[in-house]
Amino acid sequence: MFKKILGKSFSYSMLIVCGLVMVTPFLWMVTTSVKSQSEINKGSSGFIPLETVSYVERENGDKEYIEIIVDEGELSVVNIYDKTRKNFRESFVKVPTAKIHTKRQLKFHFNNFAQAFNKVPFGRYFLNTIFVSFCVVLGVLLTSSLAAYAFARMRFKGRDFIFYLFISMMMVPQPIYLIPSYYLLTKIGWVNTYWALIIPWVTNIFSIFLLRQQFKTVPQDLFDAATIDGCSRFGILWRIILPISKPILATTAIFAFIGSWNSFMWPLVMTSSDKIRVLQVGLSYFAQESSSSTALLMSASAFSIAPLLILFLFAQKQIISSFVSSGLKG
Amino acid sequence: MKSKKEFSPFIYILPAAIIVLFFRFIPIVLSFILSFFNWTIRGPEGFIAFENYIKLFKDAQFWHSLINTFYLAVFVVPITLILSLFFANLLNKVKKLSGFFRTTYFIPTVTSLVAISIVWKLIFSPQSGLMNSFLSIFGIHGLGWLSESRGVFDLLLGTVGINLTHWLKILATQTGASFSMLYIIFGGPSLALFAIIIVCIWRGMGYNTIVYLAGLQNIPEIYYEAAEIDGASKFKQFFKITVPLISPTTFYVLLMTTITTFQVFSQVYLMTGPPVGGPLGTTKVIVYYIYDTGLGEAMDLSYASTIALVLFFIILSLTLLQKRLEKKVHY
Repeated sequence: MFKKILGKSFSYSMLIVCGLVMVTPFLWMVTTSVKSQSEINKGSSGFIPLETVSYVERENGDKEYIEIIVDEGELSVVNIYDKTRKNFRESFVKVPTAKIHTKRQLKFHFNNFAQAFNKVPFGRYFLNTIFVSFCVVLGVLLTSSLAAYAFARMRFKGRDFIFYLFISMMMVPQPIYLIPSYYLLTKIGWVNTYWALIIPWVTNIFSIFLLRQQFKTVPQDLFDAATIDGCSRFGILWRIILPISKPILATTAIFAFIGSWNSFMWPLVMTSSDKIRVLQVGLSYFAQESSSSTALLMSASAFSIAPLLILFLFAQKQIISSFVSSGLKG
Repeated sequence: MKSKKEFSPFIYILPAAIIVLFFRFIPIVLSFILSFFNWTIRGPEGFIAFENYIKLFKDAQFWHSLINTFYLAVFVVPITLILSLFFANLLNKVKKLSGFFRTTYFIPTVTSLVAISIVWKLIFSPQSGLMNSFLSIFGIHGLGWLSESRGVFDLLLGTVGINLTHWLKILATQTGASFSMLYIIFGGPSLALFAIIIVCIWRGMGYNTIVYLAGLQNIPEIYYEAAEIDGASKFKQFFKITVPLISPTTFYVLLMTTITTFQVFSQVYLMTGPPVGGPLGTTKVIVYYIYDTGLGEAMDLSYASTIALVLFFIILSLTLLQKRLEKKVHY
C-alpha cells in the first residue's frame, strides 16, 4: 500500500514537472509581454511583472510618484507625475536624494499589445492568414472528398497506380520541392500573389488517404439501395456519404486549418510584399526588425498564437487524435 | 440501369491530380533536372552534368551543415524517444488528470514554430533570459547560448581541465587534416546548436508521448497480470513486455522524429542570428543551407536543388533502413 502511494506520487510529480516545462515558455511569454521594456533591460527575468517605482513623501503622508532623470549625489533631478501617473505635473524639479524612496510593485503594461499590433500591419496579416487558411480548408475538403470517393468506391484503369503515386508524393519533404516550385511560380507570375499561397495547398494527399479509409467502410448495401432509387454517383457522395462522414471531415478541416495557419517556410519564400504577407512571416520580420523591444515581441507572439490556442482548447480531443493518426506535424 | 449519364471517375480525381502534378510531381522531377544544369532564376544556362555534385563533395560548408544536422538528430532523436516513452508510461498509470496532462503536453505541437522560436530565443538571452536565471540557482552563470560557437564536448572537457583545442591542433599537424573540420567533428555541437536541440526536444516530446500512450493502451493488461503472478518485477515487466510490444510505435516515432529533425529550419532561421546560421555557421543545418543557396544572395537554383536531392536520398535511405530493421524486429 505504502509502495503504491509512493509510486503514484512519484508519477504525479514527474508529470507535473514535465507539464511545467511544457507551459513555462508560454507563461513567461505572457508575463514578459506585460512588462515594461526598461525593466527587462535591467535584467529582470522573473515571472511577475514587478517594477521599481520612486516616490517622495509629503509632510501629510501623501506619496508623490516621480521619475528620476539625473541622480547626482545629494540632489536628484526628477519629474513629478500627476494623479493619473501617466503625465507629469512638474518637470525638472530638484529633490534631495535622501528623500526619495523606492519600492517594487506590480504593474501590467497592457498597452504593449496595442503598441505591437500597430507597429506593423498585424491586422492586415491576420486578415491575409484567415483568408488563405479559409480557402485552403475549403479546397482541401472539396478536392479530397472527390478524389477519395473515386479511389474508394470506383473501379477504373490505373486506380491503384495513381493512388500509390499520390502516396509516394506525400512522403517527399517540402524542402525538396521548394526551390523548383519557386522557379515555376516565378515563371507563371504567381510569386507575391494569393495564388501562390493557396492553390498549391488546396489538395492534401493525407486527407485523401484518410477520407478513402472512411468511405471504404460505408456498406455496399447503402450504395445499391441508393442506385435503385435512382441516385446518381455524385448524388450518393453528396446526399449519403458526406453527411455520414462529418466527424472525419471536421478532422480534415481542422488539420488543414492548423497546417495553413502555421506554415512558414512556403509563404516566406513565395511572398515579399507587405500586402499579402501572412501572420507567421509578418511575425518573423517583426522579430528581426525589433529584436530589442522584447516586451513588444512577446506581445506579438502571444496574440499570434492565441487564435489557434483557443481553437485547440475547444477541439483538443479531435485535434490530438487527428495529429496522432496522421503522423504529420508542422 | 447503366444508361444514366455518369461522370467518369477521372473527373473526380482531376482537381486533386492537377494540383499534385503541378505542385508536387513536376517540381520534384524538375529538381533532378536542375541539378545537372547551370540554372538561375532566368532559366537554364547550359548542361553541366555532374559538376554540381563534384562541387558539393568539395564544399566545406555543405559538410559542416551536414554534420550540424547529424548532431541535431543524434541528440534529439534518442532523447525524445526515451523521454516520450517514460512520460507515456507514467501517463498510462494515472487515471486522474490524465486528460489535463495530455492537453498540456500537446500545446507546443499546435503552436507555430515562429512564435516558439521567438520565445525560446529570448529564454536563451544571456542577460534577461529565463534559462540563465534558472541555471544561476545551480551556480552556473553567464552562458552565451545562442552566440557561443564552441562545441559542447569542448566546453565539458574544459570544465575538467582538458584542453581539446590543444590536442586537436596536435592531431591536425600530425595527420594533415584541417583543424576546423576536426573541431567541428570532435568539438560536438556548438552551444548554440545545443540550444536548438533543446527546443526540438521540447517541441517534439509532447506529441510523441501521446503517440506512445496510444501504443501502450493497446497492450493487453493480461500480459502484465501473468508476469505479476510469475513474480516479475516492474522493471523486468517494462523491459520484457512493454519495450518489445511497443516496438512498432518506437519505429514510427524514430522515423518521424528523424525525418522532422532533418528538416529543421524555422528554429535556426529565427533563433540564431544575425548573422543567420549561428556563430561561425555552427547552427547552419542542411535545410537552411538549401534555403540560403537557392534563395539568398547567390540564387543558385541548381546547386540548391543538388543539396536538396542529397537530403532527399538521406531521408529515403533512413526510411528504408528503418523499415528493414522493423521487419527484423517483428513481434
